[in-house]
Amino acid sequence: MVTTAEHISQQFEKELQDVRSRVLAMGGLLEKQVSGALEALMTGEADLARQVIETDKEVNALEMSIDEECIQILALRQPTAGDLRLVTAILKTITDLERIGDEAASIARMALNLSEKDRPKKNYRELQSLGHHVIGMLRDALDAFARFDVDQAFKVASEDQEVDAEYETIIRQLITYMMEDPRAVTRALDMMWSARSLERIADHAHNVCQHIIYLVEGKDVRHLSIDKMEKLLKNS
Amino acid sequence: MEASTEQTQPTARAIDIESMRRGPKKNMANETTCLEVKDFNLYYGSKQALHGINMTIAKNRVTAFIGPSGCGKSTLLRCFNRMNDLIDTVRIEGDMLLDGSDINAPSVNVADLRRQVGMVFQKPNPFPKSIYENVAYGLRIQGVNDRATLDRVVESSLKGAALWDEVKDRLNESAMGMSGGQQQRLVIARAIAIEPEVLLLDEPASALDPLSTLKIEELIYELKDKYTIVIVTHNMQQAARVSDYTAFMYMGELIEFGATDELFTNPSKKQTEDYITGRYG
Repeated sequence: MVTTAEHISQQFEKELQDVRSRVLAMGGLLEKQVSGALEALMTGEADLARQVIETDKEVNALEMSIDEECIQILALRQPTAGDLRLVTAILKTITDLERIGDEAASIARMALNLSEKDRPKKNYRELQSLGHHVIGMLRDALDAFARFDVDQAFKVASEDQEVDAEYETIIRQLITYMMEDPRAVTRALDMMWSARSLERIADHAHNVCQHIIYLVEGKDVRHLSIDKMEKLLKNS
Repeated sequence: MEASTEQTQPTARAIDIESMRRGPKKNMANETTCLEVKDFNLYYGSKQALHGINMTIAKNRVTAFIGPSGCGKSTLLRCFNRMNDLIDTVRIEGDMLLDGSDINAPSVNVADLRRQVGMVFQKPNPFPKSIYENVAYGLRIQGVNDRATLDRVVESSLKGAALWDEVKDRLNESAMGMSGGQQQRLVIARAIAIEPEVLLLDEPASALDPLSTLKIEELIYELKDKYTIVIVTHNMQQAARVSDYTAFMYMGELIEFGATDELFTNPSKKQTEDYITGRYG
C-alpha cells in the first residue's frame, strides 16, 4: 500500500518526488542506451556504438547522485512504511539500472568489433528479435515503476522465462554455425556475448519488477518461481 | 534465469531467511500474556475517551503506544495502575486483567496494584531528598528499615537504572542537583526498587537531551528481561527502536496493533501509514 496523500512536510514530499522522477529519467536514458546498442549491432554504425559507450559514464554518474540523494533522505528524514520502502526500492533499482547500462555498453563494444567484420545478411535477425523483446520488458518495467503498477510488474517479471528460452535457442544456433564453419567462430562469439548481455538486461528488468512489488505491496518476492510469486500476490 | 535456482531447491528460501534473522520474528501467539484489555470503554463525564479497546500486553516485552495528541494513549496507560481513580468524572466499562485477575475488582488494594505496576512520568519527579532516600522510599513506606537491606536494594536498583557509576560517591547529596537525564533514571531506579511486575513509562525521554534519551532507551532494552514495559511516546523513531510491539491509537480507538518491525515497514491500515509517514489523514 502506497499512500498518495501529501506529506505535512512539503520539503520531504518534494525530495521524494524529485528522487522518483530522477530514477525515471535514468530509466529513460537506459532505454535509449539499450536501443542504441542494439541498433549499432544491427547496422554496424561505429559512431553510434562509440556514443553508447561514452554515455555510460553519464549513467554511472546518475546512479551515484541518486544514491547520495537516497542516503540523505534516510539520514535526515528517517522515512517509515511506504516512504521507507520507496527509498530502499530505489536504492536497489538504480543498482540494476546501472548494470543494464554496463551491459548496453558491452553490447556496443561488440558492435564496434563486429562493425569491422563482414556482415552476414540474416544472422543478426534472432538477436534483433531478442533485443526488441528485452527493450519492451525494460520499458514496461519502468512504466510499472512510474505508475506503481503491481499487475504490470508481475506481467513483465513473468516474461523473463520467454527471454531465457529465446536466448537458449540463439546459443544453440550459434554453436551450429561454429561447428559448420570454424572461420565464423570469432564473429559468433561476439554475438554470443551480445545475446548474453541482452539476457542479463532482461534479468535486471525482472529484478526491478520485484523491487516495485516490494515497494507497493511490502512483499519480498525475490528468488520465487512465477507460480509462487503469483500465489503470494493473490494472498493480499 | 532468476527463478530456476529456486525450483531446484524448493525449501531453501524459508530456512535461509529464518536462520539469518537476528532473532525470531515477533508473534503475539508465542508470548505469555501479562495484561489483557477486553472491550474497554472510558468516559470523562459524558465524553467517551476510549472506544472498545481490545489488546494483550506480552510479558517481558516492550509495548509502545503511539498516536496524535489526545488519542487516548496516556489515558489507557493510566488505567493499568488505576491512576484514573483520582479523577472523579471517570467511568469505565469492560475488563482489564493483570495475570488473569481483574485490576478493577472491589477486592483489589490500589496501593498493592501500584506496587506491582510502577509508573514513570514525562517530567522527572524526584523527591526533595537525597539520592539514597529517593530510591529507598518505596521500601521505607513498606516498613523496611534494615540498613543492610536498604543498602543492597539501593545499589542494585541504581545499577539496574544504569546510574550507579555516576552517583555512587554522592548518594547523600540532594537528588534535585542531578541533571534531567540522571533524575529520570533515578525515578526509574525508585520504581524498580520495589520490584514491580510492570513498568509504565509516559513519555519518559521527551524532556531529555539526545544522549540522555539514548541512555534511557538502552535502559529500557535491559529492563525488559525482568519487567514488562509499556511506553507512551510521541517520538516514533523511539517507539520503533525500543519496542517489540506497537499500538497505534487514534481518536480513542486502537487502530492497529502488531509487531513493531512489521508496523513500521508495512502497516496494514492506511491511517497508521499516514500517521507514521507524516501525512494528512
